Amino acid sequence: MDLNMNVNAPHSMGTTIIGVTYNGGVVLGADSRTSTGMYVANRASDKITQLTDNVYVCRSGSAADSQIVSDYVRYFLHQHTIQVGQPATVKVAANLIRLLSYSNKNMLQTGLIVGGWDKYEGGKIYGIPLGGTLIEQPFAIGGSGSSYLYGFLDQAWKEGMTKDEAERLVVKAVSLAIARDGASGGVVRTVIINSEGVTRNFYPGDKLQLWHDELEPQNSLLDILNAPPSPEPMNI
Amino acid sequence: MSSIGTGYDLSVTTFSPDGRVFQIEYAAKAVDNSGTVIGIKCKDGIVMGVEKLIASKMMLSGSNRRIHSVHRHSGMAVAGLAADGRQIVARAKSEATNYQSVYGEPIPVKELAERVASYVHLCTLYWWLRPFGCGIILGGYDRDGPQLYMVEPSGISSRYFGAAIGKGKQAAKTEIEKLKLSEMTCREGVIEVAKIIYKVHDEAKDKAFELEMSWVCDESKQQHQKVPDDLLEEAKAAARTALEEMDAD
Repeated sequence: MDLNMNVNAPHSMGTTIIGVTYNGGVVLGADSRTSTGMYVANRASDKITQLTDNVYVCRSGSAADSQIVSDYVRYFLHQHTIQVGQPATVKVAANLIRLLSYSNKNMLQTGLIVGGWDKYEGGKIYGIPLGGTLIEQPFAIGGSGSSYLYGFLDQAWKEGMTKDEAERLVVKAVSLAIARDGASGGVVRTVIINSEGVTRNFYPGDKLQLWHDELEPQNSLLDILNAPPSPEPMNI
Repeated sequence: MSSIGTGYDLSVTTFSPDGRVFQIEYAAKAVDNSGTVIGIKCKDGIVMGVEKLIASKMMLSGSNRRIHSVHRHSGMAVAGLAADGRQIVARAKSEATNYQSVYGEPIPVKELAERVASYVHLCTLYWWLRPFGCGIILGGYDRDGPQLYMVEPSGISSRYFGAAIGKGKQAAKTEIEKLKLSEMTCREGVIEVAKIIYKVHDEAKDKAFELEMSWVCDESKQQHQKVPDDLLEEAKAAARTALEEMDAD
């Protein structure tokens, strides 16, 4: 173990993030591990951040960079909503993120996935990877854990899924990535956005399905030590 | 109806005792002295028409355009001082492209109208600027459907389904009110606008005029463009016939 660990090193979100469209909206998903080198700075972070009532963003890469970009865009979108007099569209949110990412590409290191629902286009997902490209996709993946998901999603994503099918797909995908990527872990968080509103769900890490070679969770010694006292074996 | 604001009308930064800013009212008079401009909102789009009074017989037909495209989906027809109008159009074009760059989608017509109105109003606030001597009719087709706005020299902007400014605006408004706009297509609207402009043109006071028309509708694929030549000729012919029938009575 590295005894000279610098716990004040820049926090990076190893991360697995994913956004998929389904018939009627979008489902965004992410793991919850924020790492500082080998140390897990936050094992239950929330990487799916709200921009407006109907648009959320999944953050990956540098935690600080992605937070500051989200904060700026939230601020711009708030003003825009007041000016236009109606909720901002997902495309506008994605474009604002893209402008910041591209103009500051030399200083930022963050990959983002913008997803939401608006009355004109319905559910939409936009991927904005490192350089500041903007690309509209039926599904998008990002973060270090996403490397393990390209083939899986190419096969598993289908057009016109129901809400439950889409959410199950997202949880399965993040869970698979967590199994293989050391920089992803913790819990799986999902956010479902459609015409009716926003629903947040939480899937604890130890309740996820076990994949190939994964071990059953072991009882920790702490459980045994903290167990209620058993009856005295002998009464001498 | 006009009252002279002696003493209170020298600067746009002076109110009169009865709460009026006379310079803005005089700017509106400049608009009232120009050729008529009409806009109507039909069920599938907007039609705008201008009565272009021809100053000299040596002018090339089709020059001195009074209707300008602001963006692919919207256009503006200007009445009043033409040079002032050019400035406003330039500003509107700039606002539209800037909005598209920042927000990634074409500027909503409502937003465009607000920005134009705000710019026109800006020039009524400072003594070292004079108000624009133009009235604007702005028509566009965005995701919320076709919309028609009018901006006055005071900076007021309102949404209309039929609007008219310039010399014949009273007569034009009466004619527009007779139309059943919600059932009319733009193709029919073009004929009606031509008829109205021919009708309100005062043969005695002004000699020649040229009719300029544009539309943005489903048929033009929601793009703002000049009315196609064949339809324009058809409209002019129909308008002349209607006039003759009227005269024959």
